[in-house]
Amino acid sequence: MQQKPTFKQVARRLEPLAWIGPAMVLIAVVVVWPVIEMIRSSFLKISRFGVVQGSNGAGNYAKLFDEADFGGVMIRSVVWVVAVVALTVLISLGLAQLFNQRFPGRRVTRWALIAPWAASVVMTSIMFKWMLDPEVGLINMVRRDLGLLDELGGAAADPLGAASTAMPWLIAVAVFVSVPFTTYALLAGLATIPADVYEAAKMDGASTWRTYWSVTLPLLRPALTVAALINVMNVFNNFPIIWVMTHGQPGYSTATSTIFMYILKGSDIGESAAMSVVNFGMVIVLVAIFLKVSKWKTEVPR
Amino acid sequence: MTRSPAGSRRRQSPRRAPASLKQVLLAASAYVIAFIFIFPYLEMIIAALRPKEQQREAVYLPDSFNWGAFVDFWSGGLAGNLLVTLEVAAGSTILVLLVALPAAYYSARHNFRGRMVFLFLVLITQMFQPTAMLVGIYREFFQFGMVDSVWSLILVNGGFNLAFAVWILHAYFASIPRELEEAASMDGSGRFGVLFRITLPLALPGVVTALIFTFIAAWNEFVVALTLTTTPEKQPLTVALNSYIGQYQVDWQSLFAGSVIATIPVIILFALIERKVVSGLTAGSIK
Repeated sequence: MQQKPTFKQVARRLEPLAWIGPAMVLIAVVVVWPVIEMIRSSFLKISRFGVVQGSNGAGNYAKLFDEADFGGVMIRSVVWVVAVVALTVLISLGLAQLFNQRFPGRRVTRWALIAPWAASVVMTSIMFKWMLDPEVGLINMVRRDLGLLDELGGAAADPLGAASTAMPWLIAVAVFVSVPFTTYALLAGLATIPADVYEAAKMDGASTWRTYWSVTLPLLRPALTVAALINVMNVFNNFPIIWVMTHGQPGYSTATSTIFMYILKGSDIGESAAMSVVNFGMVIVLVAIFLKVSKWKTEVPR
Repeated sequence: MTRSPAGSRRRQSPRRAPASLKQVLLAASAYVIAFIFIFPYLEMIIAALRPKEQQREAVYLPDSFNWGAFVDFWSGGLAGNLLVTLEVAAGSTILVLLVALPAAYYSARHNFRGRMVFLFLVLITQMFQPTAMLVGIYREFFQFGMVDSVWSLILVNGGFNLAFAVWILHAYFASIPRELEEAASMDGSGRFGVLFRITLPLALPGVVTALIFTFIAAWNEFVVALTLTTTPEKQPLTVALNSYIGQYQVDWQSLFAGSVIATIPVIILFALIERKVVSGLTAGSIK
């Protein structure tokens, strides 16, 4: 027979729970529960008003994969993520280099750079939609005055009205809101590179480009990898830009998988849950890559 | 702030003395880029200040500026939506602080079974965003009967911003030497006395960062609110402003006045913590 633990011992063993418990409960209710509920819903037949009408087996998935637009939506999601992240990283590499230099007013310019990061993506998207307005949009006015547009008000003045012109604009806005964080992450990475490495490169007579390519970039790689992965997550999950500017229209021609999921929610919650599970599966893969690359354990002080 | 001698010597380096063409170009391009990045928000302010009759006129700048939209904002329906936004942002911030502070403190100070599991779980939640599990969130709160409730928004926003707060507070607590606390407890302060009088004040920058970050994130949140609120009066500003655009008779002035009110304060708040946010977001990853 084991000795009965005293009250004090029990209290001691439960002590971590008192401090960590509330956080665990919050994560369980807000993060874990929805995942379970989402997976469960994806196998149920649910009416538009939320009434469960019994099991549906794999029917929701079958219906989802049979959707005429499903293939296009998935391809578009990949293009969306790759294009936005690639452009963001390239532009941010340049900007980080620029804002790492010394010049008068650097603080103010760096401060200006954070605006799109701090502001709600919804507000930024509303502003771009306004600036692209066919009749009074500022961007269209500039295009007209540059001779790129015959007149305001026509179909040519409505870039968001056709998929071929809407998609580049949506990508541009996504890059616009992603660049600030990425640039700041790269600036933090640049700050960790010791000055004597550059001195050494200079002594060896390396050109500016050569120094950048063989000294700066390799040393910047950890920051670059993490920033890129965080961006992949953010862009994949980005919903407001497309929702505010085009709603995925015309047709489903600007819809990514998260937009498609949301549109399906209005007609068939079960099918929408199936789309969510597919999305979630992709997020899991991304998280796994992130954990593998980031070696998170080294950072936690023991 | 004292400047290190090395820093001041570098400032006097010969390259800085005459402003070379390269430097002028450098500064000029930085100014242009900075301007591009704040431009949409400047345009937002200009649009809000346009007089009503010039609201839909294709002119770059209106003939006069008019503050009326900001006055009207308070009497219009959007003021109620601003209140919802404030409630959600403040509520989430309080919730996150109440939950994250003890968790971060304890996991930074004590080694207990499950500590790594807890920190791992926190890191995972930081990676997840509500968008991917929206249907699950909707189903859950639908079953709770908490659709259209401020509390559901506070819970979800708190839950998804918990990780950042735990992570940044954990780093601050871990950086405070244990000896400091031990010395204080030898002076006769109790455990909580030490926590409140020594540790928390030292970790204050971290607390402020976590506080502002959560507030801004909850203030800006869109997709969860879009899903969990259906009554227009119960929607926070982001959702309300977006649905405004879809209406036939759009009151553009109110729309932009609302946008300015929703945007400018958070940009200023964010500028205060900007330096610490990068380290919090990439925590556990850069080595």
